[in-house]
Amino acid sequence: MRPLTEDESRAVFEKLANYIGKNLIHLIDRPDGPYCFRLQKDRVYYVSEESMRLSISVARPNLVSLGTCFGKFSKSGKFKLHITALDYISKYAKYKVWIKPNGEMPFLYGNHVLKAHLGRITEDTPEHQGVVVYSMSDMPLGFGVTARATVDTRKLDPTSIIIFHQADVGEYLRDEETLF
Amino acid sequence: MGRRAKNKQAPPEPLDKKEYTSPKKLGKRKADDHQDKPRPAKKSKDSKYNPKSSKPHVKFADDANSSDGWEGVQDEGAIGDLDSLLGDEDDDMLRGPAQEFDFGSDAEEDEPAPLLRGRKSKQGGAPPNVVPTGLDDSSESGEDSDEDEEGRTTMANMEARSRALDAKAAEEAELDIEEYQEAAASEGEDDDVDMEGEEDANGDIDAEPFRLPTAAEREEEKTSVPDVHTVQRRMRECVRILGKFKRLAEEGRSRSEYIDQLVADIASYHGYNDFLAEKLFHLFPVAEAIEFFEANEVPRPVTIRTNTLRTRRRDLAQALVNRGVNLEPIGKWTNVGLQVFESSVPIGATPEYLAGHYMLQAASSFLPVIALAPQPNERVLDMASAPGGKTTHIAALLQNTGVVFANDANKARTKSLTANVHRLGCKNVVVCSYDGREFPKVMGGFDRVLLDAPCSGTGVISKDASVKINKSERDFTLLSHLQKQLILCAIDSVSPESKTGGYIVYSTCSVTIDENEAVVDYALRKRPNAKLVETGLEFGREGFTSFRGKKFAPSLSLTRRFYPHVHNMDGFYVAKFKVERRSKAKKEEDEPVTVEIVAEDGTVENKPQEDVGFDADEDRPYLEEAKRRRMKAKGLRPPARSKAPTAVKASA
Repeated sequence: MRPLTEDESRAVFEKLANYIGKNLIHLIDRPDGPYCFRLQKDRVYYVSEESMRLSISVARPNLVSLGTCFGKFSKSGKFKLHITALDYISKYAKYKVWIKPNGEMPFLYGNHVLKAHLGRITEDTPEHQGVVVYSMSDMPLGFGVTARATVDTRKLDPTSIIIFHQADVGEYLRDEETLF
Repeated sequence: MGRRAKNKQAPPEPLDKKEYTSPKKLGKRKADDHQDKPRPAKKSKDSKYNPKSSKPHVKFADDANSSDGWEGVQDEGAIGDLDSLLGDEDDDMLRGPAQEFDFGSDAEEDEPAPLLRGRKSKQGGAPPNVVPTGLDDSSESGEDSDEDEEGRTTMANMEARSRALDAKAAEEAELDIEEYQEAAASEGEDDDVDMEGEEDANGDIDAEPFRLPTAAEREEEKTSVPDVHTVQRRMRECVRILGKFKRLAEEGRSRSEYIDQLVADIASYHGYNDFLAEKLFHLFPVAEAIEFFEANEVPRPVTIRTNTLRTRRRDLAQALVNRGVNLEPIGKWTNVGLQVFESSVPIGATPEYLAGHYMLQAASSFLPVIALAPQPNERVLDMASAPGGKTTHIAALLQNTGVVFANDANKARTKSLTANVHRLGCKNVVVCSYDGREFPKVMGGFDRVLLDAPCSGTGVISKDASVKINKSERDFTLLSHLQKQLILCAIDSVSPESKTGGYIVYSTCSVTIDENEAVVDYALRKRPNAKLVETGLEFGREGFTSFRGKKFAPSLSLTRRFYPHVHNMDGFYVAKFKVERRSKAKKEEDEPVTVEIVAEDGTVENKPQEDVGFDADEDRPYLEEAKRRRMKAKGLRPPARSKAPTAVKASA
């Protein structure tokens, strides 16, 4: 477990900013005590300082996880957000998409979101913008990237892809082995 | 819960209708027994048919009004809010399986322990010594339910079948007589004189009076495959005779012969190995033991725990009902549990499940966390935590404050643990993978520690039947040894200075004494600064304070046992310790030691014991001799003996 280097921090924050934009500062300045990012075996964890200080006593090979896992660094140094970060991303998300009940299961099986399944979308969402996907009952299901800007979606046919899938809560079951 | 979760406690099998129809019938009977209402045999049959004739709606209303009844509690308590949601479902529920529960509930009104709806103990409340009644009742009805279990799906169907069965039974003289006898027994349990004649008569009428096989016959039987019906009948007879041994036993046969035969029959009938069958058999009175073994054949109901970090039970129930899940609150003892009766969708893969709104968790695993009662801002350790049901429950009770250390020795299982922790949105959890015995060294000073110790799993046989055959005496020795080590580590990890806490909860999903009371008793002896306190669970049986010649500390009655046939949850054991400062124990030691000597005339005189200390002069020669020997062993040449070697020799 160690703090992130400058390059690593930049990679993480750039990725997060894609979804939550300026709300990023809310992750750092929290009213309920200081929080920090820590790297442990390629995984980036977002954890309260109290937990972090206590888990210093746990030896590196024995420490499995602390706080919330945000994602992992690939071998080439790229940062990939995991579904476990959804809690914080959905809390501060700038652009949101709601999908209809009949689109929930296809999305949870790892498919892209089709126009037919689109329930609502934040207005003036640009193209290739990170968005959080919700069910119609406001339950966060995952996140992805828009394929088209909101204005362009009108013209599309119902089977075309609106959101590219990036992560969904179905991964808790599907990828349990590799996620942690 | 992840896929790996089944390694520890698999989600219980769905409880289909047949399970909770038949027990209800039994529940009715049981309740009748409980109220000690005299009733003839015919009436008992009638009461079985009551559900059809009486109107469910009316009944329901009645129940709701009664304050101490099951329904009443439900309506008034925390569950009340659900009713408004489920209001529109009411009709369906009454028509569906829930209907039967309502019938049952009026019968259970005077049952103090809040029980799960579902399979009820047939005799749980009745004192164990009322054996013949309960026995005939239970074994016979158990048989009934076995026979027609396959096709019984609907209420009407069930009635038709049970009617047909009863008709058949009426033809069979033997069964008829038994029922008559049972009725007679329930009419006058105290009235022994009357019954004696009756039962003797029965014995005569019986076409083939029961005779215990001799040792030789038993040997012979071992070589061949025993007939199931013979075994069944023999078990029934053995239980009956053991209940009133003096009167019913064959001349010249000892009680132990009957018990041996019964244990052997149980082992072969239910498929246990002999060792385990005997071990479990001795935990209960004879008739109750049979119930226990039967309950192990029936799956427990599927239960889920609402994740209060994400949602409320009312909202969750509403969401699941919309998905076609039929559910109800577990009982008044928990305000986060829901019992699932049937579901048109897989309950472990709904969007709500994936979003972490609930956890599939056996009802019994709520108990240790309820007993632990963690308070916000505490530091809590869960020593053996995978797959994380209890850990996430603790985190939810802490409301994501403080820190939870979730440890599990098995690294592979920490994956599902981590997945569950993240899915349920627990942000204060640190997952680590140590052997639990290393714990006070890694970190101590916890406010509360939960030790859900690795165990033989004799309480969860209905989930994992392999326990029946793969556990031997050695397993129990090894496990209890490990548990004793772990419990001491757990006690040492707790900070006695903690302002709000200083508690340990020890729990196992086993029912045996060696893994429960013996371990707790050992911990009490080894750590005088730990003492047992109330678990805070208002139901469950008290722990044993003595068992087959073993004496445990009297405070063990504060621990709680849970049984599948009584509480309709897995067999479970919960003990709660409070750890105090050690100095207190030392003070007691500092008091002058006095020896009580009882003089021959009976008077007791206290003499201060003479001071036992070290006498340096006296010890010197011994020390020197030891030093010489050590040097010799190292290959050095010791210096010549200074003086008085003879003294050493003489004393050595």
